Amino acid sequence: MIAALVPLVVLVPLIAAALTLVLGRRARPQRIVAALALTTVLVISIVLLIGVDQQGAVVVEAGNWPTPFGIVLVVDRLAALMLVVSSLVLLAVLVFSIGQGLADGDDETPVSIYYPTYLILTTGVMVAFVAGDLFNLYVGFEILLVASYVLITLGGTQARIRAGVTYVIVSLLSSILFLSAIAMIYGALGTVNLAQIADRMSELPIDVQIVLHVMLLVAFGIKAAVFPLSFWLPDSYPSAPAPVTAAFAGLLTKIGVYAIIRAETVIFPSPELNPALMVVALLTMVVGALGAVAQADIKRILSFTLVSHIGYMILGVALGTVAGTAAAIYYIVHHIVVQTTLFLAAGLVEREAGSTSITRIGGLLASAPLVAVLFFIPALSLGGIPPFSGFIGKLGLFEATAEQGDALAYVLIGAGALVSLLTLYALVRVWNLAFWRPAADVEGDESRLLRAVEEAPDSTATLAETRATPRLMTLSTVGMVIVGLSLTVFAGPLYGLADRAAQGLDGSSDYIELVLPGATTGEGE
Amino acid sequence: MTVSLVLVVIMAALIACGVYLLLERSLTRVVLGFLLIGNGVNLLILIMGGPAGFAPIYNEDLDPAQYNDPLPQALILTAIVITFAVSAFLLALIYRSWRLANADDLTDDADDVALRDGTVAMPAEEVAFDADDTDFPAEASR
Repeated sequence: MIAALVPLVVLVPLIAAALTLVLGRRARPQRIVAALALTTVLVISIVLLIGVDQQGAVVVEAGNWPTPFGIVLVVDRLAALMLVVSSLVLLAVLVFSIGQGLADGDDETPVSIYYPTYLILTTGVMVAFVAGDLFNLYVGFEILLVASYVLITLGGTQARIRAGVTYVIVSLLSSILFLSAIAMIYGALGTVNLAQIADRMSELPIDVQIVLHVMLLVAFGIKAAVFPLSFWLPDSYPSAPAPVTAAFAGLLTKIGVYAIIRAETVIFPSPELNPALMVVALLTMVVGALGAVAQADIKRILSFTLVSHIGYMILGVALGTVAGTAAAIYYIVHHIVVQTTLFLAAGLVEREAGSTSITRIGGLLASAPLVAVLFFIPALSLGGIPPFSGFIGKLGLFEATAEQGDALAYVLIGAGALVSLLTLYALVRVWNLAFWRPAADVEGDESRLLRAVEEAPDSTATLAETRATPRLMTLSTVGMVIVGLSLTVFAGPLYGLADRAAQGLDGSSDYIELVLPGATTGEGE
Repeated sequence: MTVSLVLVVIMAALIACGVYLLLERSLTRVVLGFLLIGNGVNLLILIMGGPAGFAPIYNEDLDPAQYNDPLPQALILTAIVITFAVSAFLLALIYRSWRLANADDLTDDADDVALRDGTVAMPAEEVAFDADDTDFPAEASR
């Protein structure tokens, strides 16, 4: 029964994308179709999560082709949880962009490609999460990447084209690496099915295993923005439209992390590369946080904190224990929600103040108190201040790391604590300058009102009135903040779910048994 | 597994030239490099499919081992379609970039340049406090 729902998470957004393309000239039906499709996907994902958590993972053979030959879709607890969180975030961002689009007078543009592309992006995300073989994962990545190329260059202004060129070329490189890794794995093992790969991997000589492992990790590492492969992210994300950046920051890097989790738990459960991964996690955290401190633009600061917090997730995965994976899964959920909320809040700031450069804006606490609150709560959560979800995630990670108990583990705990302080420092600086500082203190302050009065001294209709922040934008940000707070309120059940998901990923035998019932480890052909 | 040496050499040459072109600053060369690498990787998949054989269409008289492996060919077909779509997009992107910047070159990020030249002025946070504003004006003035 539940199995029938699995293909729907992919099909619904894909069909809706086609519909919105047909409705290209009518903005209102486009918006309704897009919102309906994403709501449907969210509902299906929630049903899937509940079903999978109670009855165990679901495996669907597309077109009834038996497993090693046909395309297989697998939804275990991890995949179901990611489906729910990502469809929730995608829906919130869609609502935000509908609000922004309405206010910007989108109705006049002849053909809107935003909604179809956004739905294709959703399709790609969903394919990547339910993929049961490596090549399908590659196809999912390509679908979402091609959609993201279009979204990041939307409008074709100079800044976006420049950012887009970097982004596209780096993503292409990672895709090519991924594809060659798939080719090598096929050459070595004669299959692209994840379970079969896991089953046969132990027959290979250890050096071949490590080469394949490193190739996959590099390809996924570029997508997840793991240092030293993270240079492209702060360069390309900030120039995109606010909702696009929010969706990218929340989801795209986490899909890379999700792929790394799959690779580390299912394909290569052996611990050879774990110390290396821990060092990489350390560098990602520290370098990202230092980058955030040096920036003067809210979106760039947030992009750097995004990179730095990827390090925490990699740390959890690198531990190779159930506790570590569980902490990483909870941290991913927390980070998707909170980082998206912060970028949405940055979008509101841009709307209110006309800029996101903290050298040029000020006094937002007085002029837009709601936006200030909407920025402050997720900022505290990201910085790891106690009642919020960031604290719970970091605590879980540190506990799991302390279990390992060697010198490197304690260095990582220290670095993790330091990085959360640095994150807090960077975000508090934003708070002090953009929100708390009186607007009059800003050098060369040009308030909207002042400009409007100068332009039309006698007019009563000021620019401030026409540029009022649309209610939908605020509403969706408020919704995301509430979701973020509920991650704290329901931390117990959620962490329990993450723990159960991690237990299912302990070693590859569960996954193999699930997809290929009857196959035993090490037997192969 | 025996593979054709010619195919391996061609693949290596394609990828080597592709990497060289990808490292150029000129965007047109980057596209050409991407196309070469893309084809090189497609050849790699083909090589990984094993030795050449008969077309994988069912024939009673043939031993199954004599067929060519059809799966890599299906994978290549998918990869070709993706490469095709992406290169079309890349060409459009580069044309747009050329129209905007009047140069077939990668443009530097304005923020990076500003940071490198040290022209980003970090606003100093106000730390000095007003003596009249504290509860202990006598201590503050000391």
